[in-house]
Parts: sequence; structure tokens; C-alpha cells
Amino acid sequence: MTLSHALFAILASVTAISALGVVLSGSIVRAAVWLLFTLLGVSMLYFLLGAEFLGAAQLIVYVGGTLVLVIFGIMLTAQGPFSSLKTRPMEWVVGGALGAVLFALLVNAVWPIPDLQPGGAGTLPGTGPLGMGFLGIANNGAVAYLLPFEIVSVHLLVVLIGAAYLARAKRHQRTEGEA
Amino acid sequence: MTDLGLTPFLVLASFLFVCGVVCIATKRNAIGILMGVELVLNAANLNFVAFARFGPPSFRLEGQVFALMVIVLAAAEAAVALAIILNFYNNHSTVDVDRADELRG
Amino acid sequence: MPEFWSQILPHPWHLVAIGLIAAGLLFGFIGISTFFAIWAERKVSGRIQDRLGPTRVGPYGLLQSLADGIKLISKEDFAPTDADRFLFRFAPYLAFCASFCGFLALPFGAGLVAVELDVAAFFMLAVLSSEVFGIILAGWASASKWSLFGGLREAAQVVSYEVPRAMCVVVPVCVAGTLSLSEFARQQQGGFWNWFVFHDPFTFAAFFVFFITATASCKRAPFDLAEAESELVAGFLVEYSGIRWSYFFLAEYGSMFAVSGLAVYLFLGGWHSGVLPGEPTDWLGFWAGSFLNLGVFLAKCWMLVLVMIWLRWSLPRLRIDQVMTTCLRYLLPISCVLLIGVSLWQLLVPRSIGFVVSCALAVASVAFTFGVIVSLFRLPTSSPRGSLPGVWAGRSTPLTPR
Repeated sequence: MTLSHALFAILASVTAISALGVVLSGSIVRAAVWLLFTLLGVSMLYFLLGAEFLGAAQLIVYVGGTLVLVIFGIMLTAQGPFSSLKTRPMEWVVGGALGAVLFALLVNAVWPIPDLQPGGAGTLPGTGPLGMGFLGIANNGAVAYLLPFEIVSVHLLVVLIGAAYLARAKRHQRTEGEA
Repeated sequence: MTDLGLTPFLVLASFLFVCGVVCIATKRNAIGILMGVELVLNAANLNFVAFARFGPPSFRLEGQVFALMVIVLAAAEAAVALAIILNFYNNHSTVDVDRADELRG
Repeated sequence: MPEFWSQILPHPWHLVAIGLIAAGLLFGFIGISTFFAIWAERKVSGRIQDRLGPTRVGPYGLLQSLADGIKLISKEDFAPTDADRFLFRFAPYLAFCASFCGFLALPFGAGLVAVELDVAAFFMLAVLSSEVFGIILAGWASASKWSLFGGLREAAQVVSYEVPRAMCVVVPVCVAGTLSLSEFARQQQGGFWNWFVFHDPFTFAAFFVFFITATASCKRAPFDLAEAESELVAGFLVEYSGIRWSYFFLAEYGSMFAVSGLAVYLFLGGWHSGVLPGEPTDWLGFWAGSFLNLGVFLAKCWMLVLVMIWLRWSLPRLRIDQVMTTCLRYLLPISCVLLIGVSLWQLLVPRSIGFVVSCALAVASVAFTFGVIVSLFRLPTSSPRGSLPGVWAGRSTPLTPR
């Protein structure tokens, strides 16, 4: 049982238990806190795998950005009677059964996949090669990623402007034609 | 990192994926469904990075790049989803998706 | 030092031992820094307001924080009736953990870092941005309308100011070409004209913009609307008392030190004193050199924290709409311009002209600071009204010599 095994065991159990907490928790705010721990666990798993830039990006974008957005949405909408909407027991049974079947199917699919680099080939490329890849300066014939990077940046800008327009506060709800 | 293989990460990612799908299927709060979507995307990301680490050598950079794109796009999609949910709340005064049945035949 | 532990313990456990020692040292650093920072805040605020500050507990009131701590621990531990008990108890520790984890990647000297990360600057920004959760959960879990409003406003402020803060961090990263803070310090060795703050006018402006945005994202005055007693009755902190309240302040002072440390590495030369050439650990040995590095770093960090304390007691508080206007309409476009400027400077300006500009900036800054300090020591020679009121009326003073 090496250190990496022990660390993986700890981080995987934290992530898995937090994901279960998101599903099973009644109050929506508690579900958001469990989701926070899930995202933190996944970020730590990225650090364990050696993808440091990605782990920090997960923290700053997902935890510090997306989850704050989700919590603001919760605070704005889930007041009083909506903070804990109960799912009917029959739906739990059906959902749980389907989930178990899906889990069995997925594990059956991934179990025989071999390690294509048994033992790992050292560490993942760090921030330098990652940045060079985004800039379009490819190394040993790899594809450069400048165009997808630019597309995603413009996409994010357009989406955020659209979302801000879509969610603007409307003064006269009755007189607005459509939503 | 010499003993850890691909399979533990893939099994964990599958578990996260299944939790996300069950969350989407069973939650009545619209934001709960959004949380399920975030779980699904994180599971896929974990798969990407695990394959980058333990998969073919040519995938070592692609896996991280793909995962970074997924993170950014998930943030964008969460923003749009919340805008839709806020609109729904403004019009129907509820976030219960069981009440969104105006198009029911 | 790590070799010592690797000889005693078997393979994985020596890493655990080093990790625990590093965590303990960082926790001790945050605790002691907060201890003295609270004392410094009360003393400096007292002197600015023409009073003495704490004087009774210990010499010069130095043990005042200890007395405060004992009082806070002995307070009654209660939560509001409607509060979500678990989240109410959990929120302060979440804020403190986010602030503590920021120190994991912050070097205290050459080689004196808990985790040597390639993405240290990015990691610190990312982890310090997680502190907003403690605020939101505290605001919501207090089951009070005012704490919820205060918490959400505070979260909006902190999250908004992270954008220009991150852009101002990218400005010296463009100059250095790396995200690793130890590498930042290594590139700024030698004279103080090598410091990135003097590198070009854009980085010079970026230092001040970073400092302003860092002050705002630490919820310090003049952006401290959430803690203000006159607005929103202390905001998200209103239902907290005792040791939980003090954990929020540990988190706040910890964040202040973390962003000050980050500013020292990004702009002010890291552990280099600016007058000694090369790396002190090279020509003084590991222990003496590290001691010097640590001392220089802590002195610079404390200087920035004292400037934050000074700002708090000198400037009036901004309203929430003024806070958001400052961020979104002024600081964000300014930081965009600075980013474009520094990129163009790196591309177009040749090294020799850049060196001349940086030396000129350095000399001008030092001369300006020196001039300000000298002018503070000159006594005024006349009073605006020609005579002083009250008990000073007939007396001979330096302002009204007779």
C-alpha cells in the first residue's frame, strides 16, 4: 500500500461520499455543499494525477465560479417552501435501480481496459508545454489548439452576455409579451 | 504513482457519472438537476485526465486540453441553465420541474 | 531537513511527517501573524485617531490578542433557532481552510515552501477564491434576512474583484514567463531595480491595482461593507460570536498575509533584499541565508499588511454600488489595458531601453518615498488660523511661537 494508493483511497472516498450526498440530500443548500466537496475532491485527484494546471483551473473555474453561480441561483429561487422539494419514494426506487444497472454496465465496460503505459510514463506535461500547445507551437507533430481556445473564449463571452440578458430583472411581468 | 492504474480512476468516474444521472432523474428542484449535470461533466473530465496519464503517450497533452475545454464550457452551460431557471422562476414562481407541464399533451 | 526524516521513517511515512510539520508551521505562522496583526491594527488605529490603543495587557499592550482570545473562547456557544446547525458551525472553518491552503504554495525563502508547485501563483489565486463559500454559507445559515443580504453582497464583491486581481497577476507573469513563485524570486535577484514593480510602467501600475483589488477581495476597508456595524449590522457575521467569529478573522488576516506575500513575490522581489547581489543561500550557507531570506520576506509582507491597516483607518467606507462601480467600470478596463500594455512592452521594447526605464522608475520611486518621509518630519511653521483654540490659546507652541 504505497502513498499514492493511500492518497487515492482517501480522495476517492471523499469524492464518492460527497457525490452520494448530492443525490441523497434533501435540502438544496446542503446538496450544494456536498457538490463543493465533490469538486474539491476531483481537483485534488487532478493534482494526484500530476495535472497541476488543470487542478488549479478546476478550483478557480468550477469551485470559485460555477458553484458560486449555482449558489446564487439557489439563494434567489429556493426560498422557504422550495428549499427542500421531496422526491416521491417510487421515483427513488426506479432511479436507484436504473443507476445500479448503469453502474454495473459501466464497470463491466471499463474493467478490462489495460494500462497502455503500465507504471506511468513519468509525469504529465506541465504548464509550459500546455501553454505552448494552446499557442499553436506544437511539439513533435501534435496538433495545436489555438483555434479551439479562441472559439471557446468567444463562446464563453457570448454565452455570458446572453445569460445576463436572459436573466435580467423584468419590471412588468404581466405586460411582457414573452419570457 | 507507479502502482496506481487506470481502472480505479475509471471506476470512480463511473460512480460519479451514475450519481449525476440519478441526480438528474430524481431531483425535483431545477438547480438539483443542474448539479447532476455538473457531476456528469466532472466524471467525464476525470476520465479524460486519467487516460492522459495512463493512456497512450500521444494523448498526454490532449487529455488535459480537452478537460480544460470541458471545464470552460461547463461554466458557460451552467450560466445559461441558471438564466433559464431564473426566467422560469420569474414566470411561474416555482423551481419545481414537476410544475413545468404546460406543453403536456 | 527532509533527508533527516527520510532516514528515520520508512518510505511513505517520512513524507507524511514532513507534511504534518509543514502544516503545523503554517498554522503557527497564521496564528502568530494574526495575533500581532490584531495588536498592530489596534495600535495603529489608535495612533491615527490620536489615542494610545491597548496599553494594559503586557508591555505596550502586546498580549491584548491573548486576552481577546481567552474572552472569545469563554463565550456562550449558541446558534439561532432557525439556523441550519451543521452549516452554521461549519462555515467559519471552511473560510479558514481556504485561507490556510493559500499558504501551501507560498515560499517563505529559497526552498522554504510547503509544496513546490509549478503553478503556484495560479493555485494561490484559485484557493483564495474558495473563501467566498464560507461567507455565503455563513450568511445563509444564520437564518436572518440581514445576514443573507450581507453575505450575498459580500460574495458579489469578493467574486467581482477576483477578475481584475487575476488580470493584474497575469501582468508580472507575462514579464517572468512562469507561474512558479520561487522562479519569480530567482528572476528578481540582485539590485532593487530588478524588481518587477519597476520593470515597466504597466507593471508599476499593475502593482497598485493588484493591491487595491486584493484589499477589496479580503473585505478590508474601504471595501468592508460586510463587517461594518453601521450598515447591515455586521452583515454575515451578525449571528456569530465567540471562537467562531474569531475564525472568520483568522481567515481574513490569513488572506491579507497571503495576498501580501503574493504581491511580494510578483512585484517586490520575493526574498531578495534588493541591495545584496545573488542568492543569499549561496554565499551564506543554507541556515544563515534562509534566515535572512525569511526575515526579508516577512518584513516586506508585514509592510504591505501595515499599509492595508493604514488604509482602513484613513479612508471612508465605500457604498456597495460604489464598490461594484469601482471594480467593473474602472479597475477591470484598467487591468485589461495594463495586460495589453505589458504584452506589447515585452514584444516591442528592446532590453537596453527596458533596463533604462526600469532604473529610472526605481530611482524615481525611491526618491519620491524618501522625499515624502523627509517632508513628514518637518514641523509646520504656522497654523491656518494664526492661533490655537482652547487651552493652547495663550501658550507658545511650535505652531504659534511667541
